[in-house]
Amino acid sequence: MSSILTRRRFLIGATMTASALGLSGCDALVESDRTKSVLRIAEGLSMKTQRFLLGDNALAREFTEADLSPVFRANGTSMPDNPQYLDWMNRQFSTWKLEIGGLVEKPMQLSLADLKALPARTQITRHDCVEGWSAIGKWTGVPLGALLKTVGLKPEARYIVFHCADEYEKSLDGSGWYYESIDLVDAFHPQTILAHTMNGRDLEVAHGAPLRLRVERQLGYKQAKYLTRIEAVADLGRLYGGKGGFWEDRGYEWYAGI
Amino acid sequence: MATIDAGAATGRTVIYRHSLLVRLSHWVNVLCMTVLLFSGLQIFNAHPALYWGQYGADNDPSFISTEAVEDGGKAKGLTHVGSLTFDTTGFLGVSDVDGEATARGFPEWLTIPSYQDLASGRRWHFFFAWLFVINGFIYLAYGLLSRHFRRDLLPARDELTPAHIGHEIVNHARLRFAKGPEARHYNTLQKLTYVAVIVLLLPLMILTGLTMSPGFNAVAPWLLDVFGGRQSARTIHFLTAFSLVAFVVLHVAMVILSGVFNNLRSMITGYYAIEQEDKK
Repeated sequence: MSSILTRRRFLIGATMTASALGLSGCDALVESDRTKSVLRIAEGLSMKTQRFLLGDNALAREFTEADLSPVFRANGTSMPDNPQYLDWMNRQFSTWKLEIGGLVEKPMQLSLADLKALPARTQITRHDCVEGWSAIGKWTGVPLGALLKTVGLKPEARYIVFHCADEYEKSLDGSGWYYESIDLVDAFHPQTILAHTMNGRDLEVAHGAPLRLRVERQLGYKQAKYLTRIEAVADLGRLYGGKGGFWEDRGYEWYAGI
Repeated sequence: MATIDAGAATGRTVIYRHSLLVRLSHWVNVLCMTVLLFSGLQIFNAHPALYWGQYGADNDPSFISTEAVEDGGKAKGLTHVGSLTFDTTGFLGVSDVDGEATARGFPEWLTIPSYQDLASGRRWHFFFAWLFVINGFIYLAYGLLSRHFRRDLLPARDELTPAHIGHEIVNHARLRFAKGPEARHYNTLQKLTYVAVIVLLLPLMILTGLTMSPGFNAVAPWLLDVFGGRQSARTIHFLTAFSLVAFVVLHVAMVILSGVFNNLRSMITGYYAIEQEDKK
């Protein structure tokens, strides 16, 4: 008796598996909201496990000059086309300013010269695109944690949001502007820097001039380019698509450690 | 059915071969490895090129890649392996999507989802990777505690002699499968293959997978040294996946050739019928 039940159960399982595997209803299953919410369990599991094993300050591997990629592939926007950005660019970013605001005690604005005058960290790290390729570059910039200590986070601040000068997907409602967000663990991580220099030269436009984020324990799409404004927030739900980043709003994981 | 009945008439014995936990973990594994393979090919399609070393992108030399090129107004799919180039139009590089030749690494009937969607492919891959790892740990713990490994999978010393192994290879090649008392246990080739999959290929998949994770690199930087870098790990991950595909093809072929009903029943209900030895 039990063997019949087992076999029947197996057959049901096998049929579900077969339909899940694209023999027929595959894409319908992929697109169902229930499937998506079940699959999202994995993201939480990966983040909790990695954070547990990492502690807050385990460092990403740092490489040597000999390991640098001969050509560092530029990805995403390589030339923002909004007039404001072009104006900054034509003036060598001398009129550009980084705004730090939101849930902070002392909002501030910093010019590129201000940022370059601050103590910097240099690190040779690997950039991993979600697509699968990697490139190694040398980054110099201001540790984000130091800046956040200067402006003073309010107690309710939980995430740091990075607003960018590139509209990666043209849209009427403004939902196509690039943005990213990280939590405070990553924001205060020693290797999390706002890089103004790459491979010993001013950051090129293709790589996010004048300033890009480096969060070294996560994938490439977290490394927001063309920064204009940093905002401390209590939750991510009210910004853009509500998932905490341009690619996150389009189905990718917010925790991009894997 | 007929052969089984005939077997029963001549004194067939039925043994309890696979415990419930082995059966369950086997089928969970079938599900996981199937989804992992097809979602993995979806992920591969996002950047269909493999490199060796710490880094690797478009401007670096790859040693396996697929590519779509224009050839007389028609899309042609090329696959590069080292310095060799193969025309793989219709399968690799270029294949039909809604009747139209489209640039993509693996064709839509081999990816989850069928259309190009890296975000969904990743979500499927990581969910089933977790299930696979949890299932694997339960199986390993059971295998050690219940002595399943020692009793059923570890070859005895006399099974490892060249003569014995040579004898088994000849029997396999002639498709002569064990009967009588010998059929109560896995043969040596089976044991060695299963052990290689359990202790070598599957752990290699997990470790090379983890080596691609920038977060896990900070947890265990030594894995980068073991595999020679993230891009090497990605390549090994891909090649090991195809070793597992080869194993599954062989495994299913042997299941079919050595009695598909009996084998399937034993992995579903646990019971396996042993036929008497031929009277010589």
